[in-house]
Amino acid sequence: MNSVSIDKNEKTVSMQPKYSPVKEFWKNFRKQKVAFIASVFVLLLILVAILAPYIAPFDPYKPNYDALLEPPSKSHLAGTDEYGRDILSRLIMGTRISLSVSFASVFLGMILGTILGLMSGYFGGWLDRIIMRSSDVLFSFPDLLLAIAIVAILGPGLNNVIIAVTVFGIPSFARLVRGATLEAKENTYVEAAKSMGAPHRRIMYKHIFPETVSSLIIFVTMRIGTAILAASSLSFLGLGASPETPEWGVMLSTGRDYLGTASHVVIVPGIAIFLTVLAFNLIGDGLRDVLDPKTKND
Amino acid sequence: MTKKLLQVEELQTEFTRDKQKTRILHGVNFHINEGEVLGLVGESGCGKSLTSLSIMRLFQGTTGEITNGNIYFNDSNLVNLSDYEMRKLRGKQMAMIFQDPMTSLNPVMKIGKQLTEPIRVHLKLNKSEAREHAIAMLTKVGIARPDEIVDEYPHQLSGGMRQRVMIAMAMSCNPNLLIADEPTTALDVTIQAQILELMKKLQKEEKMSILLITHDLGVVAEMCDRVVVMYAGKVVEEASVYDLFENPKHPYSKGLIASVPKLGEKKDKLDSIKGNVPNPSNMPKGCKFAPRCNMAMPICHEQEPACLAIENDRLCSCWLYELETR
Repeated sequence: MNSVSIDKNEKTVSMQPKYSPVKEFWKNFRKQKVAFIASVFVLLLILVAILAPYIAPFDPYKPNYDALLEPPSKSHLAGTDEYGRDILSRLIMGTRISLSVSFASVFLGMILGTILGLMSGYFGGWLDRIIMRSSDVLFSFPDLLLAIAIVAILGPGLNNVIIAVTVFGIPSFARLVRGATLEAKENTYVEAAKSMGAPHRRIMYKHIFPETVSSLIIFVTMRIGTAILAASSLSFLGLGASPETPEWGVMLSTGRDYLGTASHVVIVPGIAIFLTVLAFNLIGDGLRDVLDPKTKND
Repeated sequence: MTKKLLQVEELQTEFTRDKQKTRILHGVNFHINEGEVLGLVGESGCGKSLTSLSIMRLFQGTTGEITNGNIYFNDSNLVNLSDYEMRKLRGKQMAMIFQDPMTSLNPVMKIGKQLTEPIRVHLKLNKSEAREHAIAMLTKVGIARPDEIVDEYPHQLSGGMRQRVMIAMAMSCNPNLLIADEPTTALDVTIQAQILELMKKLQKEEKMSILLITHDLGVVAEMCDRVVVMYAGKVVEEASVYDLFENPKHPYSKGLIASVPKLGEKKDKLDSIKGNVPNPSNMPKGCKFAPRCNMAMPICHEQEPACLAIENDRLCSCWLYELETR
């Protein structure tokens, strides 16, 4: 009799939907309406970036001297620039450049910064002091000034922009991860793992790194916005992409001479930068509300 | 004669704060024979846990360091081993169980994954072999449905089960020495008894030695063969369990045993030892227990007593007996 009822209980337990952290995250994230819309926008941007050559209506490099500085019309939805190139096509190709430059630099910065931060927080001592003091030195420069200095040394070009933006991202990531590491390494289970003879590398990777992931995710999304802005700024200053490249910053820079006569040349890429950076920051805010247990309100 | 598995000699451990060194362990001496359960008792802050951490050399990240003394384990001196050699030893030849099973398991890692960690590091098994070994270990420590538990997270288990998992983890590579740092303090009494029984059973089966750190004299009486009593970073008495409870020699041991309430005794106030453990940075001169000792003599405040053998296998560090033997 007794065993039968136990069997029944087991069945009801197993029939309950299994708890899944991904589902829980998805449920909470959808409640963040603004961040959700922003992430749909970013997904669209990524799609545009991937499909850029196929969806661009015109060749973004090909000048058309019959249609110089034309305002938006049916054939050129966002108008044309000073060489008659279709601005919408350039914008679409620019999405690819801006996103890949910012993603690459943020992820490079994240990887290097995370490794340095983990080592710094975990081992402490002189290693910690060296890493933290060097990042203090990098912090003391205004972000963009540092990037300009690096590009000035390496020479202009998109690859060097990636390096520059990476370098000024490293110290922020290192500090963030170091803080989380200092907290995580005090856990008894870290000591328990040590008492089982686990090597440092394993403890850092398996026990400490997962603790830092949630703050990293938030920071990465925020940082992508900053990186887009930085990369565009460098290109605007003529230190990034070459003038014929359809990069958003370049488009702003070459278009600013026509601000009075054909303002769409500047406004369109300006809006693109603005919306993209805003979207990434909004996603970051939304993720923080969902992932940070301290701000969770049930 | 029984072989000594672990011998701690004149162990001194110091911490540095603001460039000032504070000695916490003032020359600790004791040994553990093979297949023996040794109890290490003393009140909070007397250096019990630090002794175990010193043996495991687990104070990375703090300023703690062993400044003097030797720890012989299986013919090697742990004080002289490199970090790498020490890491090979931990988990494989000596393992540790911690006080609080709630925090000593990583909450975001499945039981199986945590359990197979030391197995894969030390026994060099592949993933599926390690998993099988883990399930076998879980069965050994009396966990029902071990093949399901390996895929669960720590929060899905009760405290007693978690401590069983910790024991399974510590035992998984067949260590010669198990250090249990208050393994039952965080558990309730019925579970305590189960865990102690389990440890005793495994100890008999595997013929390993256990260093049991506790301040619970009931646990000591149940588990241990011999007991070492520590006070303020020193061993004050070492005796077999029977001798210690029957006839404690050191005034501190006497006080400890007197302060255990006895069944059927009618008393308004429990016995206690007056005062507190002295501050490590401001230790009294002479015998460290003298200020709290009700048998203190003038010499106690002047000079530290040596640790002397007073009977067979029995050591005590007190002027009462030193003068007697002279």
